[in-house]
Amino acid sequence: MSPPSGPEKRFFDALAAGRFEIQQCAACAKHVFYPRVLCPHCGSGELGWVAASGRGTVYSTTVVRRKPGDGGDYNVCLVDLAEGVRMMSRVAGVAPQDVTIGMAVKARIAEGLVEFTPA
Amino acid sequence: MRGSVAIAGVGLAGCGEAPGWTEMEIAAAAAKNALGDAGLSARDVDGIVVASTNIFMSGLALAEHLGVHPKFTESTMVGGSSFVGHLIPAALALNAGLCDTILVAYGSSQRTGVGRAEAGKYKMALDPQPFEHPYKPFNPPTSYALAAARHMHQYGTTRAQLAEIAVAARQWAQLNPEAFAREPLTVEDVLGSRMVSDPLTVRDCCLVTDGGGAYVLTRAERAKDFPKPPAYLLGVGAAHWHRQISSMPDLTVTAATESGQRAFEMAGLGPQDVDVVELYDAFTINTLLFLEDLGFCGKGEGGAFVSGGRIAPGGELPVNTNGGGLSCVHPGMYGIFLLVEAVRQLRGEGGARQVKDAAVALAHGNGGVLSSQITALLGTKDTL
Ligand SMILES: [Zn+2]
Repeated sequence: MSPPSGPEKRFFDALAAGRFEIQQCAACAKHVFYPRVLCPHCGSGELGWVAASGRGTVYSTTVVRRKPGDGGDYNVCLVDLAEGVRMMSRVAGVAPQDVTIGMAVKARIAEGLVEFTPA
Repeated sequence: MRGSVAIAGVGLAGCGEAPGWTEMEIAAAAAKNALGDAGLSARDVDGIVVASTNIFMSGLALAEHLGVHPKFTESTMVGGSSFVGHLIPAALALNAGLCDTILVAYGSSQRTGVGRAEAGKYKMALDPQPFEHPYKPFNPPTSYALAAARHMHQYGTTRAQLAEIAVAARQWAQLNPEAFAREPLTVEDVLGSRMVSDPLTVRDCCLVTDGGGAYVLTRAERAKDFPKPPAYLLGVGAAHWHRQISSMPDLTVTAATESGQRAFEMAGLGPQDVDVVELYDAFTINTLLFLEDLGFCGKGEGGAFVSGGRIAPGGELPVNTNGGGLSCVHPGMYGIFLLVEAVRQLRGEGGARQVKDAAVALAHGNGGVLSSQITALLGTKDTL
């Protein structure tokens, strides 16, 4: 248990410091998200941290319907990062129904979370 | 495992609304009905199998409630597919001689139970899922909506084709006096109903009901001594590749491709041999994906396959003959109801919805968000 925290806290600590970082496996070179203890591709425990490119493509998207009084409709999507990993997120700066599959997006940090805007 | 065990009794209880009943009471009432169906009482049970979304150590709770001192207890919880999956350890235990009579039961008061919103908050706190929950997916619908949107994008599947699945389920429900939602439903009704998480409307989503179900599993040689014709386990297979939708490798392909193959292989059967199909239809997209992944049609062909009433009463392939989770019953987890309906069809107890000469039934369970996939094939004695 040599690192000071588990990978989940490590991820959110970096995010709080303004850095979007993901894991990369030293053994198989594949990127990993969400942060884990073992590489889900090869089983290696040698997972290091690299800065995410922040470039991504919307893999799928939905508009969650919510009453206007409760804040109105919002977007939830899955984004494939250029590194080959997928994450749940949202696309900001565009109406939720205008987020489309295949849309190029770029990451930013907002309220301690990774979100995306059209690239 | 093929043909070695059989379901000797099935029962339902509290389906629809059961105000004033606890989950364990509903499970026990279903158990009583299943045991009665098998000509047994709780005194005869020496194996207890149960899963619950709410009750901690549910195996202990059900045995205590029934006064059973089991030799075998199993509570694997993989979501709604659990009760189909329980066939695997239950069959192994029976075949190993660990016990002789296994009761599998489930009960839920999801519709009328009190304190459910509060419980939901506690569950979220205990299991935060920090890589999804902060984005506020309205789950489970949002996860299934993401799969539906991707299937539509990739294969040109339409909302109207998904709506056909809801309409077919409703038409079956209209033939089932025990179904909860029996009023007429058209494709236009589905398309025009309230959107929940695009592209799924409230009519693409399953019901929220109370209800319980149970079945009794015994070794095959013993099952033939019970009052009702046994439904023999011909094959069963399980697979899962993810828990959260963001970790699903391809949202258009489920692990049913593997679970189905395993079940068919064990049974020595293929999709063409199946007379009646019970699929876990938490959402319309489920039915479509499972028809593809279990081999009833090719990948991407599900939309065309379900069109024109093909899976509705009178169509070529009877699917979800009780009305399914969409129109019959869906109390949190639906898995056990797949098996109850499959057994009833194999016995010829389906009444107006009976599939003629049904000899092989497929029950396919889904758990999580297209996560756990478990396929079972049951048959009459002629299929052994
Ligand atoms: Zn690796």
